[in-house]
Amino acid sequence: MEFVFTEEQELLKESAKSFLTEHSNSLKIREAMNSSLVYDQEVWKKISRDMGWLALLIPEEYEGLGLSWVDLSALLEEMGYFLLCSPFHSTICLGVTCLMNAGNLEQKAHYLPEVAKGNLLLTLACLESGGDWSPEGISSSYIKRDNKYFITGTKKYVPYGHAANKIIVASRVKGSLGPRGITLFLIDSNTKNLDVSKLTTMDQTRPQSSIILDEVEVSEESVIGEEEKGWEILDKVRSFGALGSSAEQVGGAQRTLDMTCEYVLEREQFGRKVGSFQSIKHRLADMMVLVESARSAIYYASCIAESDTREFEESVSISKSYCSEAFFKCAADAIQLHGGVGFTWEYDTHLFFKRAKSSEIYFGDPSFHKNKISNLLGI
Amino acid sequence: MKIEFTPQEEEFRKEISTWLKENLSGKFSSVIGRGGSGDQTGLFSERVKWEQHMGANGWTCISWPKEYGGREASINEQVIFYEEYTRAGGPGRVGHIGETLAGPTILSFGTKDQKERFLPKIRLGQEYWCQGYSEPSAGSDLSAVQTKAELINGKWKINGQKIWTSLAQESDWIFILCRTTPKSKGRDGLSYILAPMDQKGITVRPIKQMTGESEFNEVFFDDAEANANDLIGEVGNGWQVAMGTLGFERGASTLGQQMAFEQEFETVLAIAKENGKSNDPLIRNQISEAWIGLKIMRYNALRMLSNNEDGILSREAMLSKLYWATWHRNLGKLAMDVLGMESEIGEEGNYNLSELQKLFLFTRADTIYAGTNQIQRNIISERALGMPKEPRGNSSS
Repeated sequence: MEFVFTEEQELLKESAKSFLTEHSNSLKIREAMNSSLVYDQEVWKKISRDMGWLALLIPEEYEGLGLSWVDLSALLEEMGYFLLCSPFHSTICLGVTCLMNAGNLEQKAHYLPEVAKGNLLLTLACLESGGDWSPEGISSSYIKRDNKYFITGTKKYVPYGHAANKIIVASRVKGSLGPRGITLFLIDSNTKNLDVSKLTTMDQTRPQSSIILDEVEVSEESVIGEEEKGWEILDKVRSFGALGSSAEQVGGAQRTLDMTCEYVLEREQFGRKVGSFQSIKHRLADMMVLVESARSAIYYASCIAESDTREFEESVSISKSYCSEAFFKCAADAIQLHGGVGFTWEYDTHLFFKRAKSSEIYFGDPSFHKNKISNLLGI
Repeated sequence: MKIEFTPQEEEFRKEISTWLKENLSGKFSSVIGRGGSGDQTGLFSERVKWEQHMGANGWTCISWPKEYGGREASINEQVIFYEEYTRAGGPGRVGHIGETLAGPTILSFGTKDQKERFLPKIRLGQEYWCQGYSEPSAGSDLSAVQTKAELINGKWKINGQKIWTSLAQESDWIFILCRTTPKSKGRDGLSYILAPMDQKGITVRPIKQMTGESEFNEVFFDDAEANANDLIGEVGNGWQVAMGTLGFERGASTLGQQMAFEQEFETVLAIAKENGKSNDPLIRNQISEAWIGLKIMRYNALRMLSNNEDGILSREAMLSKLYWATWHRNLGKLAMDVLGMESEIGEEGNYNLSELQKLFLFTRADTIYAGTNQIQRNIISERALGMPKEPRGNSSS
């Protein structure tokens, strides 16, 4: 048992830190979040060519680095710490995990090397209006005619949908109900009758789109995994999405704690540092307990991410519910402990607070995951 | 990063689990599961026999050097030992203060002679120890201790009072943090003295606690005596020695403690399933949160132990007491909420409370002893986060 990072993993974190300090500082975040793509294409190129991050999880046989989820989580933690605006999470944690787990050999051979090179952005369109994470939430449907599929419906809350080159769309065979009948299609975003529109999001660092499909025609080659058995894949992919998001949350929570510590050691009132008041110190201590515990949760889940077990499922729900609450609490306390300036547009506290909320809800909010835990406990 | 144990470690697990299965039975079956939180003095003499049996077979003090009868067990092996011990229902260890506090302190700071005199008897379960730290006016502020010791005719004469002393009535020895420099203040002028409990100058008085039972005591010193050389470290250096001891309090045993917590959690869960309380959405949510909290406590401990170098506590270790004490206290409350109306009803007899009632009441002490939650938060914010230290009043350092 060695529940600590290896030297290589520490190096990965260090290089991520120095890269992101330069490319995702307050100024760069604001530039990116106000740009139409909501990410910096030059930075994206560097991420793929110089840093090799897009290749990290992809197996070596598909021109990747074949590293593990522990490495990926270490990296995502840093991305969250620096609030990086990029389609990394949607492309890797959703798109790549979906192809790796359910794609056929041709799909993997064709798409994974392209992702690794930074040429292909992916995302997942599973939710629809209302944001129900259960199979019932999918009502868009398709009919099959002459080995072709015609999909109609409206997908919503698609992360980086406006930027993705290919979108994994979950749709059900017309007339089906529940988990049965759901199929995943890998569809080019330029396909005829497919209309992507970017939505206004409160968290400007995590854009979402809605996608209208009006009898969009797709071929058999686009089906990922077995036809009508997409729910199982979706469930798994969303676990990876939740874990990746939790890792980002840990980074975000750590940043809000660091920012706050720095601020309360600078700011003086009543002739003393604000950080010398016990009411402030105790809140900081509670924040640290949350951050470190959240970190332990994602490290553990990442260690067993390659095992297809009930324990992994449980550890993902533990991570997502705990990290979500920890990040939100820390980001909220950061605003409170910054006082008035914490409420301004100029300080970055609101950016983290907004990310905390958007990531808390996405991939199942804490009550969703606590409900899953209760089910696993047999109650 | 990996969470599996090595084959050699698994081999060690098999060795201890087999030994426990074969030995914690027959004449020792009565002690299974006894001596836990709220039951520290339960079946004490039987548990002493069990402790001696373990000692004779080399299963006490396993982390100690081989020179003093230990196994020099690694952190991972200690973790495995405590896990298997708890899994087997091993009783609360009567010798734990000697094994985890007095012994390691003597090992770190004691002379060769002291090691030879005291360590074998701790290891074999022949002598038991208690801790003389807190005083009525020195609780969170331990450096305010007033108990005095004077060297008169080659003997320390000790006068004063200690409080919250666990197992004092069962102990053979006490280690005392006391003032050896008259009129000194705070951390200066303290020494760490060992005194036999069986003497005229020491009086033990049990404190009746809110459970109706007595696990803590007051210990009065009226010209109590200790040998001049029964002092650990240097005269006046007691604070450093005492702080060393506190460091040993946390460590590998936390995972065993967590397994005990898990057994308590399972009891509460089973009741909730049986009496239907698990259908109450708020209770269901609380049970889920308790489980999440328990699993994370384990993940935290795994990280803490992996980062533990030469017994120096990592940043994570500072969080451990605040975390588990708060979790355990919440479990006590949840147990009552799950029991509902039945939570009021005890066992037959004179204020004979059920295990869960005792858990509920006793866990109120968890967030107070060994550093209150508030002190823990001070420690975390000052030592781990670099916040300014609390200002001190005149009476203290």
